[in-house]
Amino acid sequence: MMSNHLVSKLPKNEWQITVVDQYKTHYYQPGFLFLPFDIYTTKQVKKKGAKFIPKGVNYINEKIELIQPDDNKVLLENGTELAYDILIIATGTKIAPEEVEGMKGPEWHKSVFDFYTYEGSKALRNKFREWEGGKLVVHITEMPIKCPVAPLEFAFLADSYFKNKGMRDKVDITFVTPLGGAFTKPKATKALHHLLTDKGIKEVTDFNIERVDYENNKIIDYAETEVPYDILVTIPTNMGDALIERSGMGDDLNFVPTNKATLQTEDHENIFAIGDATNLPASKAGSVAHFEAEILTENILRYINGEPLKEEFDGHANCFIETGGGKALLIDFNYTHEPVEGTFPFPGVGPLNLLKESRTNHMGKMAFRWVYWNMLIKGIHIPFVSATMSEKGKHFEETEA
Amino acid sequence: MDKTIGQATISVDQEGYLTDLSQWNKEIATEIAKEQGIEMTDKHWEIIDYIQEKYKNEEPLSIRGIKKSGVINIKEFYALFPGGPLKKATMIAGIPKPKSCI
Repeated sequence: MMSNHLVSKLPKNEWQITVVDQYKTHYYQPGFLFLPFDIYTTKQVKKKGAKFIPKGVNYINEKIELIQPDDNKVLLENGTELAYDILIIATGTKIAPEEVEGMKGPEWHKSVFDFYTYEGSKALRNKFREWEGGKLVVHITEMPIKCPVAPLEFAFLADSYFKNKGMRDKVDITFVTPLGGAFTKPKATKALHHLLTDKGIKEVTDFNIERVDYENNKIIDYAETEVPYDILVTIPTNMGDALIERSGMGDDLNFVPTNKATLQTEDHENIFAIGDATNLPASKAGSVAHFEAEILTENILRYINGEPLKEEFDGHANCFIETGGGKALLIDFNYTHEPVEGTFPFPGVGPLNLLKESRTNHMGKMAFRWVYWNMLIKGIHIPFVSATMSEKGKHFEETEA
Repeated sequence: MDKTIGQATISVDQEGYLTDLSQWNKEIATEIAKEQGIEMTDKHWEIIDYIQEKYKNEEPLSIRGIKKSGVINIKEFYALFPGGPLKKATMIAGIPKPKSCI
């Protein structure tokens, strides 16, 4: 995305752009939510990364061994050294199931699943296809996680999926969270809590997992509360890439300390970070990276010209939330504003509704896969949706602290 | 909304969390703790300092993070703030409880 933005803006005789990616396949990660329910096929969620690299940009498929910020160098696993003037870190967030005792044990991808990886999501799809019912537990280990609403969407979609299969009465769905509720913000709780009760999804709150007892099929928290399962779908601890730790550049979750308004890293002025690799208190969602990219492009040009950086990023996120049965919600929020009701992107017109279930929102979410492959990665601006959040057409009562 | 504690008036949200950390002081915290059935000790204050520091640095709070930090072991943390340690500790510390995006 950044190379697509920058390639047309930087003079070719002065700047050379190199993208280093350890993977050959680029996954549409939001699609992992749909894969277990046979809504998307495996083919729809992956493409070759090389397809998205613009002309004139070097593309290296190799793992990075180390970043040496003091020497302005990146060392690749094959021994190659790359020197840089400016480095952009976009190494993302990964699941770390090994952080919880018993999670990545012999039952991993057998009765204990994740859906944040292609492998996990596919294993779960195969399990669901032949499952005859029982206790399905959807569980969040700890915050922050990539796309914080995905587990909730998963529970909603599971409700629909088993209804459509005519076996909803055989499946007991429980949502387990370390937070105070499945919804944690006052407006969203008020507008949406009924969804859980309507769909018969049970809620276990303030559950801080200590271990997975895979022999007896239950998760146990520090207060010794136990939740039994037949299938556990967990969101393990999310961490930044181990490369960040190896390079001594991260916090205790391997996220890179980054200025939340300029996207320059705190420790090195010629290193910038984007997306879920950063420690920003924004949502670790793809839309955030998209909005950041527009501001980061501007700031890199300013940095090159020796101008002060724009302190513009406001934590803007914009997410469709599947609620099952062909409906979805849309939320739009930033660092300081919680999601509220209203219309989007045109004030008072829509066509999309904020914080309300509708079929149009669902169509939006489905269309988004196309937008992702054809616009987002290519760095094409989405018409009418600005990088910073608009307050127009929204029902704010007060500004949150 | 406003809430009066002793001589002081503080602003809190619907659930009783302070909305402005600058209004926080130890007396207020002690009173909030009492309402939660907690008598503050040195160990309690140590935890409060730690989570306020995390909050000021905009670092996420989690039970596992607290365990890793070595400030306290988790069983002890539950014993100090029974029935939802993070929920209660953040309320006493005058900072918002951990939230998701909706």
